[in-house]
Amino acid sequence: MSAIVLLVLGLAGMAGGYFVYSKFIAEKIYRLDPDFKTPAHEFEDGVDYVPTNRFILWGHHFTSVAGAAPIVGPAIAVIWGWLPAFLWVVFGTIFFAGVHDFGAIWASVRNKAKSVGALTGDVVGTRARSIFMIVIFLVLLMVNAVFAVVIAGLMMNFSSAVVPVWGAILVALIIGQLIYRRILSLPVVSVIGVVALYALIGIGPSVPIQMPAEVAGFSGNAVWILILFGYAAIASLLPVWVLLQPRDYINGLQLFIGLIILYGAIVLLNPSIVAPMVNSDVPAGTPSMLPLLFVTIACGAISGFHGLVSSGTTSKQLNKETDARFVGYFGAVGEGMLALAAILAATAGFASLADWQAMYTAFGAGGVNAFVEGGAFMIHNGLGLPEATAATLLTVMAALFAGTTMDTGLRLQRYIFQEWGDIYNQPWMKKSAPATLLAVGSCLLLAFGAGGADGTGGMIIWPLFGTTNQLLAGLTLLVITVMLVRLRRPMWYTLVPLCFLLVMTIAALLIQLRTFFNDGNYFLLFLDIVVLIAAIMVAMECAAALKRTRAEMAEQGD
Amino acid sequence: MHDDHDSGHDPRRERVRAWLSQARFFAEEVYSSRYRGAIARARRDEDDLFMLLVFSEMMGVPNPAAYYTLELQPLLLERFHDWHTRMGMERSPLDHFRCC
Repeated sequence: MSAIVLLVLGLAGMAGGYFVYSKFIAEKIYRLDPDFKTPAHEFEDGVDYVPTNRFILWGHHFTSVAGAAPIVGPAIAVIWGWLPAFLWVVFGTIFFAGVHDFGAIWASVRNKAKSVGALTGDVVGTRARSIFMIVIFLVLLMVNAVFAVVIAGLMMNFSSAVVPVWGAILVALIIGQLIYRRILSLPVVSVIGVVALYALIGIGPSVPIQMPAEVAGFSGNAVWILILFGYAAIASLLPVWVLLQPRDYINGLQLFIGLIILYGAIVLLNPSIVAPMVNSDVPAGTPSMLPLLFVTIACGAISGFHGLVSSGTTSKQLNKETDARFVGYFGAVGEGMLALAAILAATAGFASLADWQAMYTAFGAGGVNAFVEGGAFMIHNGLGLPEATAATLLTVMAALFAGTTMDTGLRLQRYIFQEWGDIYNQPWMKKSAPATLLAVGSCLLLAFGAGGADGTGGMIIWPLFGTTNQLLAGLTLLVITVMLVRLRRPMWYTLVPLCFLLVMTIAALLIQLRTFFNDGNYFLLFLDIVVLIAAIMVAMECAAALKRTRAEMAEQGD
Repeated sequence: MHDDHDSGHDPRRERVRAWLSQARFFAEEVYSSRYRGAIARARRDEDDLFMLLVFSEMMGVPNPAAYYTLELQPLLLERFHDWHTRMGMERSPLDHFRCC
């Protein structure tokens, strides 16, 4: 099977989804109104509510939701063969993610741009809102712990990426100053930043930095994890313009360049996919595909995290209601394209099936490493770039994404602690420094509590991250569905994805529950039970809210 | 026609310039849109503090910030010195705030 065929089929499917299905959803289901006065105009304040050009808003939305997950998830999930991952990414983007992201923006815009958490309280009930807060906290906790492990793993396996990854932070700090102090104009700074970043990628392979196998009793991997949390804590306390803003910007530029290079390499090289279509010979210990595929690939198919961005900042900047289709649905298509690139790199970027199998020796063994090695193979053979440089390029791409998500994740987690400090009247908890310490502390507890001295607790809970994240998506879909029922519109287009997600999530949680119990892993067992209770409560809330709403509607109808 | 061409009204060049300025606008917006809120809020906080200082001075209200501004003295000293020399005063005009 040629990778180009898969690429073309995938892109055509997503394009069809955007031009046909999203148009139908926009006109018939959400019924977008170009004359509706959006909150960006109604509450325009130049701070949070700012009507924004749709292309710019798409950039904002896409770079906010694109983290490491559309790369990590698909690169792990191809262990079941390329076809299931491909189908879930393409159909998940078209029928699940697009409708979810786009719907979250619409629901928020129609409700004074409230966040999906606040909307859950208003539309579904206060109980659902409490579940929502806990689910968000768990998702953030897992994101931070998982991404620390992912980056630490990259640092250990690709020592040539250490200089560019940490150098990128220095580049961001410098360009931030150049822009903020108006020393140079933005286009000039962008060019300088990108050139500096790629120069570092060029230098990387000649100055590899290898962490010693053991430092003060900790393994090299664990030391990287500790350093990363230290960095993220400092980064999350700095003003946004110092590091986060320039870092995200340069990352966004890098993402587009990386995608062009990767897709270009595929088109020029036309590699064959060496991985099996459906892998019947999975390594021992690989969980069953049926529920796990749908929670392993979250971003790239459907991800609850997107609902937070859609209703948090994007909806406050929407210029016209009809722009929601482009920003939300096309944002999901962007993620799908990234996931498609990850699938192709992790299945077509190997010389033979034996090479591929050598990488996928256990569940979770492939992941980012497969993406980096496979992608580097294709770029080397397709574009003629040295393999070490290509590997560094892709490692930097993955690590920078995970890094910025960690910065933001830790910042958001700090906000949650500060909010809890406010609710429970704990003045010390409202201050930034103690709240940050609590956020970092809880992440470290997860990383080292579940993963032992190696600090890899984040990776062990990766499938749990998927379920928690999908639960969040379920809650958002629930809000949208209840709204649609109240408006007497067809609800199946959101109710079917919602039911599918809940069934898969609960099934995955039950399977994992048994595994954790058999392994005697009580920490994960506890977390699993917490998420399971939340999932069942969401399902019950869903049934109750729909029943209540339908009853109300029937009463009004009489 | 010829003159127009020479004086920089080449329509192609104009188009490129317009395109570049559009690209620059987009780049700047993409750079700032994600953090526009946070930065605008920080700027507004600064403005609020400034307003508090100016109004309390104008209205003769004892300024609660005055006590804390004492801490700023080492930071402001150099700028204060630059200011009074620029204003044509060789020495600090304030008896209680001497910098040189």
